[in-house]
Amino acid sequence: MATQTDTDPLTIAGRTLHSRLLLGTGGFPSLALLAEAIRASGSELVTVALRRVDPTARGSLIDVLEREGVELLPNTAGCFTARDAVLTAKLAREAFQTDWVKLEVIGDEDTLLPDAPELLKAAELLVDDGFVVLPYTTDDPVLARRLVDVGCAAVMPLGAPIGSGMGIRNPYNISLIREAVQVPVVLDAGVGTASDATLAMELGCDAVMVASAVSRAGDPVAMAGAMRCAVQAGRLASGAGRIPRRTYATASSPHAGVADFSSPA
Amino acid sequence: MIYLNGNPHDGAAEQTVAAVLALFELTPDARGVAVAVDGEVVPRAGWGTFAIPDGARVEVLTAMQGG
Repeated sequence: MATQTDTDPLTIAGRTLHSRLLLGTGGFPSLALLAEAIRASGSELVTVALRRVDPTARGSLIDVLEREGVELLPNTAGCFTARDAVLTAKLAREAFQTDWVKLEVIGDEDTLLPDAPELLKAAELLVDDGFVVLPYTTDDPVLARRLVDVGCAAVMPLGAPIGSGMGIRNPYNISLIREAVQVPVVLDAGVGTASDATLAMELGCDAVMVASAVSRAGDPVAMAGAMRCAVQAGRLASGAGRIPRRTYATASSPHAGVADFSSPA
Repeated sequence: MIYLNGNPHDGAAEQTVAAVLALFELTPDARGVAVAVDGEVVPRAGWGTFAIPDGARVEVLTAMQGG
């Protein structure tokens, strides 16, 4: 949990976050490493999945997350239909006493890309049932707008497929989504390294979600720290106003007063 | 017979959700647990009274690392 404010705070559905980095808990080889990575990331909101109880599991994920002082964001990962996603969200609400849900409705095992019609249907049903819905969506600005129209509290467009580490394949669409909706935009999926997270923030995203990029890094704790700095840097840069791109050089030292070193004729 | 997390389980039919949770050494105040019977949520308040019908598909779920 952030001990001090990393950036200007972000508010989603009335909840204030002092870190603009969301962390997925998947892929960490141990709960101890997850806890260390959470601390290094400064994240206050972490995702968890809902799965069958495993009587052989050692240690409690819930206990670790509570000890780290982070809020849970249950996801509906693994759901292929609106019906399954809605049921999973309701079970998560029952299990974790939160009405927040990261809504994932997947269309295909190979790409794990969202199934747009099912996603929209599930979002509408969950909003009507009082959920705070944060949908994992494609980088399509029109779909993002439709999700917000049905009442989603934020949108989470992908940079590239989940776990691909391919970065942001269509930065123009991410900018268009930022312009198209009035709710927070959280870049989700595709981040491979710190510069991808910075780019997301520079494009105007309000936050970045990372999972595999940290948990499967050579040194997850170091990468968690890198992501924290990257999001902070991107946020500052996006507010600072970058210079325009030019084809030719523009000297930063003055021309006036340049010495004359030519030999006398 | 019921299907408990996908596995056939004899002798658990007509018992309460609480009794089935005990098979996993879970008590009714276990944190981070949710139960669905035949695709419907059984709220925690009903765990002590909801009788699981014969042949039911019971899912006992909890938080796992993910996302």
